Amino acid sequence: MDQAPITFQKRKKPRWQKMSPLSYITLTLVGFISVFPFYWMVIVASNGNEEISKETPTLLIGPRLFEVLGNVFVANEFFGAAMWNTVFVGTIVAAAQVFFSSVAGFAFAKLNFKGRKFLVLFVIGTMMLPSQLGIIPLYMLVASLGWMNTLTALIVPALVTAFGVFWMRQVIDAQVPNELLEAASIDGAGVFRIYWQIVFPLILQSGFVLGLFSFLAVWNDFLWPLLVLNDPQQFTVQVAVNQLQSAYTIDYALNLGGAFLATAPLLVLFLFVGRKLVSGVMDGAVKG
Amino acid sequence: MAGTTERSAAPKKRKPTNVFKSDNPNKPERAKRGKKSDKRMATENGIRALNPRWGYTFVAPFFVMFLIFGLAPVIYSIWIAFYNWDPLGDEQEFYGFTNFTDVLADENFWIALRNTFSIWFFSTIPQMIMAIGLASILRNPRLKGATFWRTILLVPNITSVLAIAIVFGQLFGRDFGLVNLALTYLGMPAHIDWIAEPLPSHVAIATMITWRWLGYNALIFLAAMLAIPSYLYESADLDGASKWQQFRYITLPQLKNTITFVLIVGTIGGLQVFAEPLTLGGNMSGGDSRQFSTLTLFLYEQAFVNNRWGYAAAIGIFITIIVLIISAINFAITRQISSEDNNK
Repeated sequence: MDQAPITFQKRKKPRWQKMSPLSYITLTLVGFISVFPFYWMVIVASNGNEEISKETPTLLIGPRLFEVLGNVFVANEFFGAAMWNTVFVGTIVAAAQVFFSSVAGFAFAKLNFKGRKFLVLFVIGTMMLPSQLGIIPLYMLVASLGWMNTLTALIVPALVTAFGVFWMRQVIDAQVPNELLEAASIDGAGVFRIYWQIVFPLILQSGFVLGLFSFLAVWNDFLWPLLVLNDPQQFTVQVAVNQLQSAYTIDYALNLGGAFLATAPLLVLFLFVGRKLVSGVMDGAVKG
Repeated sequence: MAGTTERSAAPKKRKPTNVFKSDNPNKPERAKRGKKSDKRMATENGIRALNPRWGYTFVAPFFVMFLIFGLAPVIYSIWIAFYNWDPLGDEQEFYGFTNFTDVLADENFWIALRNTFSIWFFSTIPQMIMAIGLASILRNPRLKGATFWRTILLVPNITSVLAIAIVFGQLFGRDFGLVNLALTYLGMPAHIDWIAEPLPSHVAIATMITWRWLGYNALIFLAAMLAIPSYLYESADLDGASKWQQFRYITLPQLKNTITFVLIVGTIGGLQVFAEPLTLGGNMSGGDSRQFSTLTLFLYEQAFVNNRWGYAAAIGIFITIIVLIISAINFAITRQISSEDNNK
């Protein structure tokens, strides 16, 4: 077919639009690999240690899932508290990031104040700095503020990020037409009203995506909570999972049961918001 | 009011555009613009009717918190790097450049550097090629279930490194791991110790990173591909260009900025890898013979296991220097390529 001369019919089906079965095979394979580790968590957690140590391990879900998940809560009695802590921190951080980033992003995208260009470049520049560079002074700062072993140590340093502001600036620049703001201004709306009643509703979708990513970052953060928390009642979910691992190094079923508990809520969340995240990632991409 | 707006809105010097801007790439570079177009800029990029001074109020909350919890610690760590700083000791002794020279003389630093680059290579290059390949499948308007495929590819990205590292650690096990088992079924010799051997452990960690970021980067490339005007392909079709030729001479050149972006972000992220080796090894030493100790893991080990804060801060500065050098090289190469394109 590829060598066929260009005909009228051919122009209807451009060459680059042809789908080969190989494409579907590739996608199926990649999709399978993408979800397999989650399935594997369930297999190990539901079968116990003996089953997976055989020459040919089973690939079917076993009967012991709830028993093992129960063991997780026995091994760490504060596992449930850890999950709640993480939701609490994640929600505050997500809301704050959306608010502060969109406010600053609005100014960077739409207000022509002196030094704006410089500040935008400054924000982008700081994104290049490795985040662990400041971790020791941050640790000292949090300690001297008396926040050690509190959730405040997780919340306050995470309220703003350069990435959030950069992202929101891009979004507002692209999605909020200047004419609309000009018109509102002529009608007598002040800057705050314009932000709250025009800009914010327009970027709600992207703000939601930023909030989700912030929440996921909090949920999945591991090192910082490990450093600043040492009371099991204050743990976040990843630290609690890690605790299982260090206490029972060989118990795969328990470890993967914990990993499953730390992952399942995200997968459920993803069922509802996955499409939004996809469009969020694609909106934030550099095009051309 | 409008008059003041305009004056303050016309910056004197303009920097050349950079790759992070989402603006239309066909726009002429700002630096080349004359004074006249500056007036037009004011309405293009800002709202003339709004008092620009509110801008300071709006960015202030962000900057105050960012300075305290983001930038000040970074600057302070430069200070710490010049001291023999023991968090448990009373006094900090000024050390000059001793920490820096000590780091350079430390064999473990070079091992970490080697591991970091090895892992970076195995995780970035194959992933980039696969992501572009996946994106060119996904961009096809005749693909059935497009949303489903896009969504499922993003699933790995949302989960925690820790949870996944536990799974992968088990899958890559020497005796009962599924990876060795699968390799045996495929007829390959498979008693590989994916954790204890340096190179296999790098491949295992790179696999985790690739698994996590492949779909994400495929979506980034997909977005860039969808922005390529389709008439380019249609006219290439008329000229009889093959699918591969279209990919090579239309898609790839148009993806140049995206490739740079993904490469830079991937490199910055790759030089900071620590969560995968940390969870795979279970402690901060990066394996029994430091076979997968990375730069960032080495920093954390010195800071929070050995309590050598000055030393750790010096490592952090070296990591930053490496990141900046590599970003600069990336920028230089892209600029070189784009100026070559312009000269054609």
